[in-house]
Amino acid sequence: MGTGQGTAAPGSAGHGSAGPQNAVAAGLRGFARYFQGVMGADAYAKYLEHHSAAGQGTPPMGEREFWRDRTDRQDSNPQGRCC
Amino acid sequence: MGTMPHGSGRTADGNLDFVPDPSLPATSLDDSVREAEDRKWTPAKIAVWVAIALLGGVAWFMLAVVRGETVNAIWFVFASVCTYLIGYRFYSKFIEKHLLRPNDRRATPAEYKADGKDYVRTDRNVLFGHHFAAIAGAGPLVGPVIAAQMGYLPGTIWIIIGVVLAGAVQDYLVMFFSMRRGGRSLGQMAREELGVIGGTAALVATLLIMVIIVAILALVVVNALGESPWGVFSVAMTIPIALFMGVYLRFIRPGKVMEVSIIGFVLLMGAIIGGGAVAGTEWGAAVFHLDKVTIAWGLIVYGFIAAILPVWLLLAPRDYLSTFMKIGVIVMLALAIIVVRPEITVPAFSEFAGRDNGPVFPGALFPFLFVTIACGALSGFHALISSGTTPKLIEKERQTRFIGYGGMLMESFVAIMALVAAISIDRGIYFAMNAPAALTGGTVETAAQWVNGLGLAGVNITPDLLAQTASNVGEESIISRSGGAPTLAVGLAHIMQQFIGGTAMMAFWYHFAIMFEALFILTAVDAGTRVARFMLQDSIGNFVPKFKEASWRPGAWLCTAVMVGAWGAVLLMGVTDPLGGINTLFPLFGIANQLLAAIALAVCMAIAAKRGAFKYLWIVALPLAFTAVVTITASFQKIFSDVPAVGYFANNAAFSKALADGKTSFGTAKTVTAMEAVVRNTMIQGWLSVIFVVLSIVVIVTALVATVKAFRNSAAGVPNADHEDTPQPSRVYAPAGLIPTPAERELMAEWTRLPADQRFERAGHH
Repeated sequence: MGTGQGTAAPGSAGHGSAGPQNAVAAGLRGFARYFQGVMGADAYAKYLEHHSAAGQGTPPMGEREFWRDRTDRQDSNPQGRCC
Repeated sequence: MGTMPHGSGRTADGNLDFVPDPSLPATSLDDSVREAEDRKWTPAKIAVWVAIALLGGVAWFMLAVVRGETVNAIWFVFASVCTYLIGYRFYSKFIEKHLLRPNDRRATPAEYKADGKDYVRTDRNVLFGHHFAAIAGAGPLVGPVIAAQMGYLPGTIWIIIGVVLAGAVQDYLVMFFSMRRGGRSLGQMAREELGVIGGTAALVATLLIMVIIVAILALVVVNALGESPWGVFSVAMTIPIALFMGVYLRFIRPGKVMEVSIIGFVLLMGAIIGGGAVAGTEWGAAVFHLDKVTIAWGLIVYGFIAAILPVWLLLAPRDYLSTFMKIGVIVMLALAIIVVRPEITVPAFSEFAGRDNGPVFPGALFPFLFVTIACGALSGFHALISSGTTPKLIEKERQTRFIGYGGMLMESFVAIMALVAAISIDRGIYFAMNAPAALTGGTVETAAQWVNGLGLAGVNITPDLLAQTASNVGEESIISRSGGAPTLAVGLAHIMQQFIGGTAMMAFWYHFAIMFEALFILTAVDAGTRVARFMLQDSIGNFVPKFKEASWRPGAWLCTAVMVGAWGAVLLMGVTDPLGGINTLFPLFGIANQLLAAIALAVCMAIAAKRGAFKYLWIVALPLAFTAVVTITASFQKIFSDVPAVGYFANNAAFSKALADGKTSFGTAKTVTAMEAVVRNTMIQGWLSVIFVVLSIVVIVTALVATVKAFRNSAAGVPNADHEDTPQPSRVYAPAGLIPTPAERELMAEWTRLPADQRFERAGHH
């Protein structure tokens, strides 16, 4: 986790030099990263990325603290789920 | 922190004329380059689109014209996918070009409001999956199954054509307008654009509609689990599994979402397999064999507790599980249908297509087919998702076409697959499963006799076949399992066992299907209750400010109790209804959902008019007019029809008269108590219909007034009020669609060459 965001399409990530095994592995890795994104598993990595880019003077929240904050904010900010 | 370019302002067509930052590559593809790329028809490109059009045409021909003895399911796949591709490539681009005119030079809320939490630029393909998981649930799996009563063709046409011209248009427009407003909700947009009256009517209608939708989704679960020890056990196990996942994520390994989802999935499979073993034991069958009323009460109590528990404990982990299952199931279903390619024996138009007294749902094809299939063709509920969450995550304006329009096409495809799964089973079994017990009599003998007596072409079932099917799927009975979910589960089991496992696996696949539908619905029930509770708290808060405080427990609990009480009452009404709950309530569900779509489209029309897009207003007016006519006609028939099966008040009068005449049984109600229940239920359902339609007409009329006013203003040269956020220049670039075009690739490469620290610099922060 924690790679750059928003640029690589799933599966298109670098299949370097070697043969089909590497390509398959890269494809699987790409898919896993895509699936993580859809599930929202990369939220903390993105938060860190935002935090360092925005350059606020304060240290970022820790991982545990971030996830707590995330679900606790959802308590007062529910997201709809459709039928 | 970039410097704001000077001299930014609006040009005549509302687009922006920013001075570009010289240190950055372009933030948008040049309009002329993009248009040139669009217009450049190479021979290969022409060949591909001709092939798509031909294949789609042949598929439609097979479905609609040839209609042999049987038709292969693969034609449904080709007809839908080819039509979606053409609609996406041509119609959605037309809407983009003429009506919405997105501007990639302009920053999206995810950029100018970036906070790393709610407003986060998200890769378009990831967001597509994310948005799809939020809009698709049990709805598209249920409506098409129920509508299959009319034959396959009416439902297929409505799902495919409806999504291209209406459903996907609504989702796309709502998402775009909400994005331009910093991710505001539909209710807030209605209030701004339509004023106090229209806005309030929209809010009240939304709240009531949510109650109905949650209640009827819950009814689908109750009907699927009633008298099914296996189903009750495995669905009940989702609660401890979710609680475990919640604790794991909070205390043991925070943030390991994939890891815990995989653990949860394994446990879930264990619960399905274990459910068979438990239901096979004497004690298991005794403990988990529950009647529908008990399950309904259980669900109501559960709904209240789930909505007041903290999100991390139950809602968030179950949402992960639900998303995980959703993607998996849909991929699996698509693969199975393509590999197995079942032959469909259901006629294009069934005997009930031309009548208004079908046993599964009453009423004529027009308008009731169009409200029975809501999700998958046009779903108003999506407007609540497309405004709010997703717009806060969009990276570039042009991506809304892919995510909004494309996401809805994907849901439509799910609906088509559900339809195929449901019609791949024997028609006799279909009617035995979906007609209320009052008609089938509840036993295999009476059900077979009733089905054979319907006079359906080619239908002749034996009691043995019904008993055999029930035992294959591990259930005691499949008679009168209305609600769509069990039928889909039988269809899915029927297809999947040809793909993996054979007959021995049918019971597993059946309960696997029941499990994921229950999981989707319980997530929707939880989230729906919470959203509705906040809407209620917010509304009361206008009079009693204390209620606006989300953390004030008594207020939160009281409002939760009110919302759960409201949907719980409708649910119990459906469960105990002597007429068969789905039969009477499902039309109300569809009407509610489509009225919400009418409200959303009305708001979009007012906004589009204020932007001055009069020449292309028909893009919104067409689906708005259609859904308004369908739902208002359906509502009027439900209110004024003198056919008791269709009209709530006609039914009410018939039963009241029977009671007054001193009868002790009437129609399908066998006791005086049951007759009194019918009188009470029809009165409530009738008045709900009246309230819905009145509120919706108020919203539509205020939207029309706003539209006309906008037209007069622009004719007189007076500018219209604009509620969009102040435009800010974008400082990032990303391509618009699934696969970047050559020109987009070139621009991406320019951005990649930029030093990393400049590339990810965010605009709009102080």
